[in-house]
Amino acid sequence: MDILNILIYGTVNSIIFALIAVGFSLVYGVSRIPNFAHGSIYVLAGFLTWSFINDLKMNYALAVLLSIAIASLIGLIIYRFILIRLRGMPTSEIIASFAVSLIILEGLRMQGIAGFKGFIGPFYVLQPFIEGKMNIFGVFVDYQRLIIIACGLVVVIFIWLFTHHTKTGLSLRAIAQDEQAAMMLGVNSDRMAMISLSIGSALAGLAAVLILPLGNIAVEQGYRVLVYALAVCIIGGLGSWAGTILASFVLGFSMITSTALFGALWENVVLIGTIILILLFKPSGLMGKQKELEERV
Amino acid sequence: MEKEPILQINGLSKAFGGVQAVLDVDFTLFKGEVIGIIGPNGAGKTTLVNLITGFVKPDAGSILFKGKNIKGFQPHKIANLGLVRTFQVMRPYHSLAAFKNLIVPLNSPRVRRTSGGKLGDRDSVAIDILEEIGFERDARVPYKTAGSLPLGYLKRLELARCIALRPEVILCDEVFSGLSMSEIASMIPLLEKLQMEGITIMMIEHRLRELFRLADRVVVINFGKKIAEGIPKEVMEREEVKAAYLGTGKRK
Amino acid sequence: MAEKERRKKRFDRSVKVRCNGLYAISSWREMGFLAMPRLLLILGLLVLPLTLDMYWQRVLCIAGIYALLALSFDFLAEYVGLVCLGGAMFIGFGGYTSGVLNAYFEWSPIVTIPIATLGGAVMSTLVLIPCLRLRGIYFAIVSFMLPLFSVYIITALGIFGSTEGISALDTLPNIWVEQYVIIGAIIVALFGIRRLVNEDIGLIFRAIKDNDQAVRASGISITAYRIKAVFIASLIGSFAGAYLSHLYGWLGLSLFAMDFSILPIAACVMGGMGTLVGPIIGAIILVPMSEALRGFGQLRVVLYCLVLIGFILYKPEGLMNYLERKYHQFERWEVV
Repeated sequence: MDILNILIYGTVNSIIFALIAVGFSLVYGVSRIPNFAHGSIYVLAGFLTWSFINDLKMNYALAVLLSIAIASLIGLIIYRFILIRLRGMPTSEIIASFAVSLIILEGLRMQGIAGFKGFIGPFYVLQPFIEGKMNIFGVFVDYQRLIIIACGLVVVIFIWLFTHHTKTGLSLRAIAQDEQAAMMLGVNSDRMAMISLSIGSALAGLAAVLILPLGNIAVEQGYRVLVYALAVCIIGGLGSWAGTILASFVLGFSMITSTALFGALWENVVLIGTIILILLFKPSGLMGKQKELEERV
Repeated sequence: MEKEPILQINGLSKAFGGVQAVLDVDFTLFKGEVIGIIGPNGAGKTTLVNLITGFVKPDAGSILFKGKNIKGFQPHKIANLGLVRTFQVMRPYHSLAAFKNLIVPLNSPRVRRTSGGKLGDRDSVAIDILEEIGFERDARVPYKTAGSLPLGYLKRLELARCIALRPEVILCDEVFSGLSMSEIASMIPLLEKLQMEGITIMMIEHRLRELFRLADRVVVINFGKKIAEGIPKEVMEREEVKAAYLGTGKRK
Repeated sequence: MAEKERRKKRFDRSVKVRCNGLYAISSWREMGFLAMPRLLLILGLLVLPLTLDMYWQRVLCIAGIYALLALSFDFLAEYVGLVCLGGAMFIGFGGYTSGVLNAYFEWSPIVTIPIATLGGAVMSTLVLIPCLRLRGIYFAIVSFMLPLFSVYIITALGIFGSTEGISALDTLPNIWVEQYVIIGAIIVALFGIRRLVNEDIGLIFRAIKDNDQAVRASGISITAYRIKAVFIASLIGSFAGAYLSHLYGWLGLSLFAMDFSILPIAACVMGGMGTLVGPIIGAIILVPMSEALRGFGQLRVVLYCLVLIGFILYKPEGLMNYLERKYHQFERWEVV
């Protein structure tokens, strides 16, 4: 296995992790809600895009935009009607959001639910934006993976600009840093949490549209994506931006390297092994600040 | 008369991020005395307690308890050696009855050891301690859940949990704050009694008048540094202490 | 006054009875009042199998497994403060230990179940020890991932029948033994834990939940006590797992399925967190309900999730807390 291959696919993989986790991290950072429905929204957005294209014969771009919008709306609804009553009770938040996740995923598993009559075969595949591969120094990379890299970078830059230069973005950061103080300065905590959930869900949708063309859409993806998002955020330190990105790269490369060395079966073992190892030495993640704050008795 | 040092602190430092919370502080506690730690808000007094009792790891310096370096020990190890603390923000076990709160320290290795394995009925020991510390006025109070007790009782409970451990040194983190004058007045004899029993007490306090009744010596801390040490009256006369409390008086 | 107004007046029973303390034995009436719900539960559990047909007897056994898991979750979450979303790991470790012993060494279930209970608990505890340093939500999330990890390892190593599992394990002699074993286990575990949380060790667990820093300041190692608590909880879970593998006569990766992590939590929420009895009642209601909905296929998961959300939002105290309150109150109409 040559180094270049690991380097390129590792980067792609890392950015996939980052795309998956960034929404979850944003939601947790702003509202302290662990959104266990993240994975289900991801899959739902994928299914919706597929359905819009194949059932409703929609334009690709339109389908993508529409399903991202719907994903964002679902995030908003989840917060407005369920999570808003459970703020500050982490166990209840986890249970309720996971229940939502089960409802969406197991609902999707049933065939014949509104709009999904087209599902008969076992595989639902989204086509990539552009078919084909490209040769980079002897390594073949398909265009979709390049698009993922580009979009990943755009998303990170966009979020950075959004949180540093717009009023809403700054309010989000204010709430993330100190909820009480921000509320005193007139930032509406509930509204911000709602916005964060809807942005987070939109990001999940975006990730789905970008990543799903690499494989096929299946309900199990929802659980996997949730576990990956949790893994990245836990390792990076919940709610830490830089940590999320760093952890994506750590996990992305450790996974690709282990696949290269031991074969694909071991990638998940190595993944969770890495998680446990890192948490053993840094119980609050690579960049987490939670512990230190709590230690100030 | 030769005084025996029980707790020696040398060059203790701790920084949180860029903020130097405690810098190069050293002082010594002698057996049986009451020492007061004073200083303006945010001077690093509570951090000092956290450092000594192991809740926060020091960056540098040494903490000698009875000649043994306890720096880097886990908090429960330190408590088992007989160096115990109260918390500034009270931390009762709110779902347990007040006297059941004391079952926790009564089960610690230290108490098991010192009582030779025989403690008898722990509940009755717990209630005895509570009575001793001023729960005697209302017979029902020890049976109420700690979460429903008023502030004055919580402060006492905090102290009672320390006493239950049969300590040698108690670090009191603002036991008087938030109490009324009469409540403080009833706490003072309690602390005096502890001192009579040979327990060394380090008090962090903002209520200087009450502190000075008790303290043999005071240490003044500002911005994490020790700026003065000595007999209470003398220390308060010093310029740097006045400056720390009142500002320098120089205006530009 | 043309019309007399009537209103409902609600009384609470005297504090003496409700405190469960010494006063309660002052009269037969009050003792009966306290003993009745307990007797009702025990007798109910003992009589229940007699009233059911074969199919529902089987469902009862499965409900019992979930009840034990729910009890262990409730104990850890509400009395120790560790929200462990990895109930499936207890089941998996217990089930695999007893199944493997039975399949490879051909030991009878009478031997393998106790060994697996202990062995599974020791293994689960060892796995969870590194995680005990994590706090709150970190612990919850990592424990959520542990069963998945076990699945990956088993698949990657290809041991214990890998993805196929091992079938044709010995089962218990007959359905009556199966039922009364699990019912006995539930009763022992329930009253055992209820007793435990009021002993010294249980008080320390609860103190750790309320305030771990203060416990450390009292000279007690929270890690040591958390390990004890996790061991107790995993004993219960591993027993359920060992029993499960002999109930089905089969073991496989589905022992680590998310159902075993999630349904017990639903049962806890429904039955009332922190009541210990509630989760058991919750499981005994939820599992047959989901069984009755089997005709709907995957829709039953959706339905019981809806029930779950409904309970969390509108009745967060749960059934048991509600019933308990009502039991201690009586109402009568009064003319105003």
